[in-house]
Amino acid sequence: MDFWDWFIVVTKVLAVFLLLPVAPLALVLFERWTLGRLQSRIGPNRVGWRGSLQTAADGLKLGIKEDTIPAMADKGIFWFAPVMMVTPALAAWAVVPFGPPVDVGRTFGLWVADLNVGVLFFLAMGSLGVYGVVMSGWASNSKYAHLGALRSSAQIISYELVLGLGVLAVIVYSGSLSLVDIVNAQAGLWFIVPQFIGFLLFLIAAVGETNRAPLDLPEAETELVAGFHVEYSGMRWAFFFMAEYANILLMSAIAATLFLGGWHGWTIPGLEAISGVGWFVLKTGLFVFAFFLFRAALPRFRYDQLMNFCWKILIPIGALNLLAAAALRMAWS
Amino acid sequence: MAVNAGPRMDLERTSPDSMILNLGPQHPSTHGVLRLLLELDGEEVLGCKADMGYLHRGVEKLIEAHDYRGGITLTDRMDYTAGPSNNMGYLMAIEKLMGITDEIPLRARYLRTAVAELSRLASHHIWIGTHGLDIGAMSAFLWSLREREKILYLFEEACGARLTTSFMRVGGTGPHDVGDQWLDNVEAFLEGYALHEIDTLLTENEVFLERTRDVGHITREEALSYGLTGPVLRGSGVAWDLRKARPYAAYDLVDFELPVFEEGDVYARYLVRLNEMYQSCRIIGQCVEALRGLPSGSPSNAALPTVTPPDISRVPVDMEAMINHFKLVMHGVQPEPGEAYFSIENPKGELGFYFVSDGSGEPYRCHVRSPSFVNLAIIEKISVGALIADVVAIIGSVDIVLGEVDR
Repeated sequence: MDFWDWFIVVTKVLAVFLLLPVAPLALVLFERWTLGRLQSRIGPNRVGWRGSLQTAADGLKLGIKEDTIPAMADKGIFWFAPVMMVTPALAAWAVVPFGPPVDVGRTFGLWVADLNVGVLFFLAMGSLGVYGVVMSGWASNSKYAHLGALRSSAQIISYELVLGLGVLAVIVYSGSLSLVDIVNAQAGLWFIVPQFIGFLLFLIAAVGETNRAPLDLPEAETELVAGFHVEYSGMRWAFFFMAEYANILLMSAIAATLFLGGWHGWTIPGLEAISGVGWFVLKTGLFVFAFFLFRAALPRFRYDQLMNFCWKILIPIGALNLLAAAALRMAWS
Repeated sequence: MAVNAGPRMDLERTSPDSMILNLGPQHPSTHGVLRLLLELDGEEVLGCKADMGYLHRGVEKLIEAHDYRGGITLTDRMDYTAGPSNNMGYLMAIEKLMGITDEIPLRARYLRTAVAELSRLASHHIWIGTHGLDIGAMSAFLWSLREREKILYLFEEACGARLTTSFMRVGGTGPHDVGDQWLDNVEAFLEGYALHEIDTLLTENEVFLERTRDVGHITREEALSYGLTGPVLRGSGVAWDLRKARPYAAYDLVDFELPVFEEGDVYARYLVRLNEMYQSCRIIGQCVEALRGLPSGSPSNAALPTVTPPDISRVPVDMEAMINHFKLVMHGVQPEPGEAYFSIENPKGELGFYFVSDGSGEPYRCHVRSPSFVNLAIIEKISVGALIADVVAIIGSVDIVLGEVDR
């Protein structure tokens, strides 16, 4: 490793690390504009050009807000829970391939790390996020937060299985756990074609994993007020918010990587890297937009219905789908 | 630290392992300041007790302390989602007390019907929006309020206020007769009315069906024994609507159907209200048509000097007119001693006013039978055995407004 190797690695890490606190700002703004259009209202239009600085202003407001901790809260865990939420959400980005390898004198990939167990790493980081939810729910010493934490520990653990089954079906085709290999394996055919069922499972589970409507039971604004983070305020609350949007972005990026061929697409000759990143961003944006549409259109499931849906419908379908995929694969090779 | 929070309610625990959850009075889904004490086993509700009174303003006592005219402004602050309808119930009760119900001119009767139905639409829009929002359908809420806004514009055009309308007076429309322009605007509103958008978003939605079917079941017997009225009663298969049973205003002159559903669950109540909204549009359309058909210059106030002030241009030149005007302004209407009860079909159920008059300008006693207050009681019963999420759906389906519960 010479200086330039180090330079490239550090630059990549910094780029991803700096992108992620900023991305939620853009994402929230985009969501509010989208929802505004969908709900025949205006949406943000005051701060900056057409309200484009609205979320930045909101972030500033949260930053200078008083940070209250409930008197009976477990202070250490209460303090640590937001960190526990954000860290895995950021760490999982290490394995996301943003674009094809670039050749500028030396060749390097547009990803932080190409782990040979990249998919496992992503799933593991997703699992760690639950602890933040559970810790915040327990430490708040509030009944609403407690109920939210209970709901989420059950929900996220259940939907992780569905997520895993969807991902496994892809791995059967790619034959590798590395996300870069998975993208390379889709050069001819995107995995959404042979694995459409797996894709749907992944999409539903992604909504469940990120606590978004219609599966946003841990927060369930109209039942549990704000669920697990009801006692949080100011910057600590912003951490939860950031983690949620980082997770949406992550799930969208992984969905694009696993099923829509990552950076693959028509390329402009000579600009393979840029068009690759462009495709990746476009595909990710498609999923992000789907998240927003779900929120605007669908009511919320009830707790028992959610669990029934997961265990009685999604998991059997996922298991059968995995078996079928494996059998087909065996028959081919 | 012991804090004396005043008189408080307690819920007897049925099991030592259960948790008591205080839902409200500050909670986004209790539709105001309702407080529910829930005994929970996990998410399941073992017991429920409703506590109210957080919005008590003593409306009945205040009405007794003002002349009859002054009470109008208090009534639209009870069920603030349907102000004009409350005003009408109040005014018609006074008219019954005075025995002048038959003197009300046809124009006023049609106008009252139209405005009452518009306020039914406005009230049901609040309900369908918040009920959808409670269940998680966010867009339905905003689309619903967009439609309601159009109705509030119509109110504003007719009487100058959007919510606290103080619409019309004893004996007719008072100063609030409307011109042809308003009728045009009502027709334009009916033309562009987009209830079907909300309808398509919710009625057939799989998640919405899952959340509302077989939830919060009220049997026919329960509904009758709890004295429920309005859509909650009609959702349990009882075809009782005062507009049909004891027609008032112009309801005997218009043609409309009474939606009744047998199931008694949250979804049945949803369907009752939704279909009512379509029927309301029919009624409004017919009223506007009838108003246009009336000969020009038809009176909109009863020709009774005891309730209707004289033409203001006659007051400076005509002694009798001046005395009449002075008496009405200073003392208001003065019913003969006696008592009267009159009720109308408010959006939320039977809204009744009971008056005792001692012959003066102020009521000796006023009692309000508010539908939300009576309907609220059933929540305690049907919430038991449900999940927390169902409780929220149940509150929405019973459709209470706390301004009217507490008064």
